[in-house]
Amino acid sequence: MSNSDIHNSGHQPHGYGIYFLVWLALLALTALTVTVAGLDFGALTVTTALFVASIKSYLVLKIFMHLGAEQKAFKIFVIVALFFIVISFVLLFSDYSFI
Amino acid sequence: MSAQDHVIHAHRDDVGARMGMWLFLFTELLLFGGLFFIYSVYRFINQEQFHLAAKELNPIIGTFNTIILLTSSLTMALAIAAIQKKNKGLSIFFQLITILLAFGFLINKFFEWRVKLHHDLFPGSEVLLNKPKGEILFYGLYYVMTGLHGLHVIIGIVLIAFMTRLTIKNIINQDSYVKLEAAGLYWHLVDIIWIFLFPLFYLIT
Repeated sequence: MSNSDIHNSGHQPHGYGIYFLVWLALLALTALTVTVAGLDFGALTVTTALFVASIKSYLVLKIFMHLGAEQKAFKIFVIVALFFIVISFVLLFSDYSFI
Repeated sequence: MSAQDHVIHAHRDDVGARMGMWLFLFTELLLFGGLFFIYSVYRFINQEQFHLAAKELNPIIGTFNTIILLTSSLTMALAIAAIQKKNKGLSIFFQLITILLAFGFLINKFFEWRVKLHHDLFPGSEVLLNKPKGEILFYGLYYVMTGLHGLHVIIGIVLIAFMTRLTIKNIINQDSYVKLEAAGLYWHLVDIIWIFLFPLFYLIT
């Protein structure tokens, strides 16, 4: 156990504190989503909801899922995966917005 | 391979294991992504009816379940942090809390669906079939997407329970916890999917 600090994971372990901070941020953003949904912003409501959900997902990916501490290849993979989802949505609506 | 390496570590590749888990998560993204595509198109075509149908859903239960799931994600992350800090007992404690919160989510879901069934709002019911097409589509998507998500929560509970067992048996320890990390990644993905499901179903009135 002499070198148990050097583990294969390659992560620098976070302290507990940052997780609680992210959790608080996630709760605050949830409160924001619920509040905004109560107001009538018309078409902006769903845009705001998706924008806030994206920020929440970013926090979960970066801190909870340790993506921030992973090697570059992981980040590129995630970006490529999200890129193709966005492309699919854009192509989908390039068809449907003309109905 | 230097001589200082532990023998038991000779064939271990934690980075590769995590990469494998991420690749699996991308297939999950595709699975739910397809459903989100269907949702977005049908909502675009039936905007008024989607808004009307969503009024039947209870945003308080939805918000409550969001808080439960976010908190369970926190305890899962804390379980990994605890094992990294060589605190086995605390890690097991946080894993058990995660499982408990997951059950809480499912119990909420059970009561939510039971109310719907009491109002005869289930796929194929006479009440639902007499509604306009857009509302039928909304409920179809609601049951399929939250149902598939619920199935993932159940799988997550089994997975985390299995990890808790491995932690108790010291197979997951401060030096080797990539299995727990993989279970954590799965659990956080389930959380992310709910982060999008919640506003798209419960908050569109």
